[in-house]
Amino acid sequence: MRTKIVPDVAAALDGIPDGATVLVGGFGLAGQPIALIDGLLEVGTKDLTIVANNAGNGDTGLAALLKAGRVRKVVCSFPRQVDSWVFDELYRAGKIELEVVPQGNLAERIRAGGAGIGGFFSPTGVGTLLAEGKEERVIDGKTYVLESPMKGDVALIGAFKGDRLGNLVYRETSRNFNPVMATAATLTVAQVDQIVEVGDLDPESIVTPALYTDRVVEVGMREWLR
Amino acid sequence: MNRDELAKRIAQDIPYGAYVNLGIGAPTLVADHLDPERDVTLHTENGLLGMGRAAKGDEIDPDLINAGKIPVIAEPGAAYFHHADSFAMMRGGHLDVCVLGAFQVATNGDLANWHTGEPDAIPAVGGAMDLAIGAKQVWVMTDLLTKDGSSKLVEACTYPLTGKGCVSRVYTERAVIAVGPGGASVIELFDTTLDELNELTGLKLEMS
Repeated sequence: MRTKIVPDVAAALDGIPDGATVLVGGFGLAGQPIALIDGLLEVGTKDLTIVANNAGNGDTGLAALLKAGRVRKVVCSFPRQVDSWVFDELYRAGKIELEVVPQGNLAERIRAGGAGIGGFFSPTGVGTLLAEGKEERVIDGKTYVLESPMKGDVALIGAFKGDRLGNLVYRETSRNFNPVMATAATLTVAQVDQIVEVGDLDPESIVTPALYTDRVVEVGMREWLR
Repeated sequence: MNRDELAKRIAQDIPYGAYVNLGIGAPTLVADHLDPERDVTLHTENGLLGMGRAAKGDEIDPDLINAGKIPVIAEPGAAYFHHADSFAMMRGGHLDVCVLGAFQVATNGDLANWHTGEPDAIPAVGGAMDLAIGAKQVWVMTDLLTKDGSSKLVEACTYPLTGKGCVSRVYTERAVIAVGPGGASVIELFDTTLDELNELTGLKLEMS
């Protein structure tokens, strides 16, 4: 019987090489796949490029991975936050590379990566530092810049419920980047609070259809729902 | 006019039935003054249309936050969606009004609000550039002057731009000013004369 369920986080992360580009879901802490990030820290994978909206909050999750020196480069929209001291220190010491991408362009580049689109013209960023050196084109009188698709070797997804086939649903605004990133990686790994029986998820409401997901690991109900 | 009064003034200009995104910081105050009978729907770019007020007590749910990462509630009829869809709503021109903060706004509508350009500053753009070009009307809510007394309304921005020619109106504690390709003009003054405004900004503004 076909199943994408793996027994634990270690199995979920098996085979991720050093130097991998890792798409990490979440917006701040909402939807951040904390168990998978902590697992990556434990496995010791290094020289990573992390693609995420933020560059870590506080000392846990992504911030802990950064602090341990496992990350070579961060691609994100908003690294600087009140609680991003780990990233701030590494960046100021020249110990980490940063590529800043406008949030909507970041989401659309990942969407394009997953959808087989070779690039797209975006109006966001025209005439700014973040569009320097990029091809501009005027379409119907409006100026756009060419943006490239973005893909990952791995996507780490923070979902709410999933089934053995790999169907996923999310919860409230913890959905954010997760469903987009799930489409754009060679290996898509999802942590879910709860695994449910096939057929229990309403087909009308499934957000990530099974074919995008490679591995599903159950990590237990989030603290505030216990 | 204080910030709260300014927020109220902006709320009065939001059209009936509008879909609105309020930027992080002062613009969020506008939400407190929206008349429920005007049926304004708030969008937050982290994936919610139909955002309600800040969550209190037992309502607080870490999965339900706004773009400033503050817990909020969802109104009846709200919808969740992923980031690519959320920014498609914005970029695709489906939002009516966006209210943003600013470091500088130029008389031609250029906006600078993401980066001071100082060498030790860590650049962080978030959704600022997408928001700047992502609504039918982009309004700025800001103090007229910086802490050191220089005007935020300028002939040309000196800070790195967030968007070109994207702002149509600037709301400050001294005046409401229309900006755009045709230049700036004053819509309304608050306890300030036109001469005083021109003195403060160093511009030669006229009433529209």
